[in-house]
Amino acid sequence: MNGDYLELTDVRVTFDGFVAVDGVSMTVLQGDLRFLIGPNGAGKTTLVDAITGLVAASGSATFGATQLLNQKVHKIARLGVGRTFQTASVFEELTVLQNLDIAAGAGRGPLTLLRRRSSVPEEVEEALEIIGLGDLRDKQAGVLAHGQKQWLEIGMLLVQNARVLLLDEPVAGMSAHERDETGQLLRRIGAERTVVVVEHDMDFMRSFATSVTVLHAGRVLSEGTVAEVQADPRVQEVYLGRAATTGEVRS
Amino acid sequence: MTTLKDKTESAAPQARVRRKSELPTAIGFIALGLALLVLAPAVLSDFRLALLGRFVCYAIVAVGIGLAWGRGGMLTLGQGVFFGLGAYVMAMHLKLADAGADGVPDFMKLYGSGEVPGWWEPFRSPIVTVVAIVAVPALVAFGLGAAIFRRRVRGAYFAILSQALAAAFAILLVGQQATIGGTNGLNGFKSFFGFNLYDPVNKRMLFYIASATLLLMVLVVWQLYRSRYGELLIAVRDQEERVRFLGYDPANVKIVAYVVAAAMAGIAGALFVPIVGIISPASVGVVPSIAFLIGVAIGGRSTLFGPVVGAIAVAWAQTSLSESFPSFWTYFQGAMFVLVVAFLPRGFAGVGALFNRRKETA
Repeated sequence: MNGDYLELTDVRVTFDGFVAVDGVSMTVLQGDLRFLIGPNGAGKTTLVDAITGLVAASGSATFGATQLLNQKVHKIARLGVGRTFQTASVFEELTVLQNLDIAAGAGRGPLTLLRRRSSVPEEVEEALEIIGLGDLRDKQAGVLAHGQKQWLEIGMLLVQNARVLLLDEPVAGMSAHERDETGQLLRRIGAERTVVVVEHDMDFMRSFATSVTVLHAGRVLSEGTVAEVQADPRVQEVYLGRAATTGEVRS
Repeated sequence: MTTLKDKTESAAPQARVRRKSELPTAIGFIALGLALLVLAPAVLSDFRLALLGRFVCYAIVAVGIGLAWGRGGMLTLGQGVFFGLGAYVMAMHLKLADAGADGVPDFMKLYGSGEVPGWWEPFRSPIVTVVAIVAVPALVAFGLGAAIFRRRVRGAYFAILSQALAAAFAILLVGQQATIGGTNGLNGFKSFFGFNLYDPVNKRMLFYIASATLLLMVLVVWQLYRSRYGELLIAVRDQEERVRFLGYDPANVKIVAYVVAAAMAGIAGALFVPIVGIISPASVGVVPSIAFLIGVAIGGRSTLFGPVVGAIAVAWAQTSLSESFPSFWTYFQGAMFVLVVAFLPRGFAGVGALFNRRKETA
């Protein structure tokens, strides 16, 4: 499995003539914590949607040797590509444990499904540990704090055995402390996985990104380390008047 | 990538799985069993017992609706179709069994050519009939479910579609005077697998069969609710798209619940026929399909016993109230429905849960 990486080549998404993603090519290696930034409407979420099968796209997106584009959503998930959403979407009526157990079970046969859970799968136990929700395992997910829900979602990606993690604004609405914890969490799990984070929060990006891709109007504007990207005059131009002064871009 | 599934489970410590106590459910199940199999036959007259038998059939449909709607989020307004399929299969068999030496059911001589259509013939066999009672509704539901859920039709669109099917099914039946009795339906059954249907002992036997079937269906649904499938079904109900991103096809999850609910409705229809003595398009169309739903909503659609108790209670109230105040029932039913939908979205079973929650937080 080592050496697998996510490679996008000339990915293009068009909605009724409007080009949302206009030929994006990028490569994300395992262990890289890649941040995908850009102004609103740059096509960040659409790009994630294309990779995960939510919208049709042309071009190519491969992980390992497998083509991801234009497959069914659940097939792509089974290939090891997981994502989160801007709004935390956990199963609120189920417990933390049940949420994770469902995420772990896409390969279960009918007989396993029709029986009760006799014990907690090991990967679920591990994930509870990693995301720090072990004590809340029997709590309904609906009563969790916002940050905890996002961590639960990340935990679900872990037990799902996702090796490509696409996170859409994971720290939006979090407190400074929660952001920090989330960043540490991403570092821990990112070492063995390929992680792409769509984010608006520039401070968070500066603290935790290993590399950054800047999208603008559906194209890659700049790519490199945080320092390189920040020094890029084209990036400054795009963000000028909005971010350069405050250091943060908000939607 | 999907080899994760079970390999680690045996090694994990058993004590970490905490479960809700199942004692209350077991007590509820025994209470329901005693009420139906011991209490009711002891205190009710034959007439009332037959009436209750009919309500038990409705309750079997309700158990399935609880699964599909309460847990699966599929507001199925067309269970009359599956109820009718099971009922007509049974009725066709009974008519063939009752037929005289020439093997032609009476009504066919009156309205038809006096010849039995080829597609009736298999139902001369009791075995084919029993299998078909479950298989025909299940297969139809599978076909419909595969077409509907894979196209991601859901919510109100699904509800309207299922209701339209019930309407179409009833209209189709009305048009078939010569082959399945048209508006009159099929009636006048004399025997049930060799047992005389006029004998009060056999009528009681039918009540026991229906009640035992209801209890069995409750057990089936109980196992589904406490299994991993039950958790997955709730997940699909609440966040269908999210489940897709976890690598499941939600359509398959929904089809299973829909098919089980349809099979239950078919079984209920088959039991309804000998107990009530008639099946006609009036019992399978839009109005009965909605009536099936009311008891489920009032009792509590996502609970195990809510649909059962609700279906029996509503049917019982309808009968006794319409005996005393013939024109009053409809208003009462409407008011009840409005009150429950407005104030008790989880039905009367939700009242208990409300108290439990208060206890927990205190």
